[in-house]
Amino acid sequence: MGSHRLAAILVLLASPALAQSYGIGRTPTPDEIRAMDISIGPTGEELPEGHGSAREGATLFQAKGCVGCHGRAGVGAMAPQLQASKSQDVPIWERGRGSSGWMILPLTAPYATIVWDYIHRGMPLGKEGTLTADETYALTAYLLFLNHVIPEDQVLDKVSLPKVKMPIGDDYARLPEWKHGTRRLQGYPY
Amino acid sequence: MAGGVAALGPTQALGQTSPFGTPLHDNMPMSDMAMPTTPMIKGTKELIEYGQRSHFVTSMRMSHPMGGRPSPDMFGKTFHVASPLQDSVGVVTPSSLHYFATTRGAFVPDIDPKQHTLLIHGLVDRPLTFNMEDLKRLPSITRLHFIECAGNRHNGRQKNVQESHGMTSCAEWTGVLLSTLLKECGLKGSAKWFVAEGAEEVKGASSMPIAKAMDDCLIAYGMNGEAVRPQNGYPLRLMVPGYEGIFHTKWLRRLKIVDRYYMNYNDYGHLERKPEEAALAFQIGPKSVITHPSGGQQLPGKGFYEIKGLAWSGGGAIRMVEVSTDGGKKWNRAEIKGTAQRMAHTRFGFPWTWDGNEAEILSRCTDEIGQRQPTRQEVAKYWNVPFERNYRVPGLDNSVMPWRIARDGTVTNGLA
Repeated sequence: MGSHRLAAILVLLASPALAQSYGIGRTPTPDEIRAMDISIGPTGEELPEGHGSAREGATLFQAKGCVGCHGRAGVGAMAPQLQASKSQDVPIWERGRGSSGWMILPLTAPYATIVWDYIHRGMPLGKEGTLTADETYALTAYLLFLNHVIPEDQVLDKVSLPKVKMPIGDDYARLPEWKHGTRRLQGYPY
Repeated sequence: MAGGVAALGPTQALGQTSPFGTPLHDNMPMSDMAMPTTPMIKGTKELIEYGQRSHFVTSMRMSHPMGGRPSPDMFGKTFHVASPLQDSVGVVTPSSLHYFATTRGAFVPDIDPKQHTLLIHGLVDRPLTFNMEDLKRLPSITRLHFIECAGNRHNGRQKNVQESHGMTSCAEWTGVLLSTLLKECGLKGSAKWFVAEGAEEVKGASSMPIAKAMDDCLIAYGMNGEAVRPQNGYPLRLMVPGYEGIFHTKWLRRLKIVDRYYMNYNDYGHLERKPEEAALAFQIGPKSVITHPSGGQQLPGKGFYEIKGLAWSGGGAIRMVEVSTDGGKKWNRAEIKGTAQRMAHTRFGFPWTWDGNEAEILSRCTDEIGQRQPTRQEVAKYWNVPFERNYRVPGLDNSVMPWRIARDGTVTNGLA
């Protein structure tokens, strides 16, 4: 092997450009990523510091105008229902839908983190993204309490929230593994 | 007519020259010059700069579904808007007529492309931020793809194909393959899913398998030869060919590579109990519809008509389209116009001579992986449930659509 070629290989191995073909785009700072990363996964690893309880959440539900769209205690208004109308002994898939047909999120979500993420990014109407971490923990706690998922005095934070046992348990469908050329449903003729 | 224009008679025009330098009308006798002529469309600055269709063409989008939330509403919000498929020709939906749907807030953000960036982070070796200029430096691809909304369902209540099927459209999309960007970032072995997020008020987010990202997802900045329209995600939209519309994240600002299904925001609507129903509400099935003759149209009399329609599938390219003119007893192979593209509207045609009697016309298609569009009766049979007139197909509705033609030539919904 010629020394030139050996040198070229050594340069390639040493260069971070080896894996990056175009060298286009810049490296974001960790702070930049943290500021944009509002996705909360089932493990809750992205959850911020802060805490809140159902009692604080009940006050915020009034103060932040949630009642205007969702109704008192999350029932009886235009926006999706947030508290089940049927009693707790009714199976989850029968009591999980509101009168308009939408699923009741704080009851049927497989993970409590989904409720936190939804409120934090999408509420309240017209002022999305303005709720603080404490407010979001409190509102999440209030809605979970309304649906008998947690007791009224439980404080939610980044440790306790992912541990909340949601009533749906394992009783929901996982999406099939997708590969190129996949049929919608194996064995489905259409 | 404006005063200045009215003052110019035919004689003044005689002195004008054509773009080729020869005098216009010199050889024309005056009698011809005086004949009434077709009115002229006066060139305005606006018409020169950005063209407009003839005012005789009145094809329009409309709010969807019937009786649903209006677009725009009193706050200027836009919700679901259906494309006029009954007037469509070819396979490309003009950007101005492309269907669109927004989630809860119905908020279309006004994004300055100079400020817009795409962040890719999570389970990658190198998180990267791309601005619009960066993305346009990278190798591009251009592909024809349909997008269809999960709400594109038909039943006996709709009067025309815009109401029954108008929540699908097809455009030519240009951008960078998502796999190109993910290779730049370097995927970690634990990367299994990704979350795509928009920049609108609710930062709408969807989770998708990383295998799809590496297969054919496209980060699109171009649509039908110009920038993506704001209602369709300007300046950047994720294309997930063949998946239901909501996954095609508009105003794309962030992609997070993760190890599991995140179920963020837009995913929640996909929560199902039965795995079969979840699977049928993900990738669009093979689907076709006759656009002419279709509901609300009127055949002027018996004789020749080319039955025209559109076929598409989330499973790949359309391989075959069949048309029946006797209510589904006999299926005839239709002609596929041009080359069928993967996950794109495909135009078909079938020559038909109408004898003036009542008829029911239908179409069905088969895609490249052998999935065939079912009738509603076939779907009910598969699920082993009794077929009823109002049978609701589980998952996305890709069932066959019949149109009924009466003796007087009126065309109505065959499911009514």
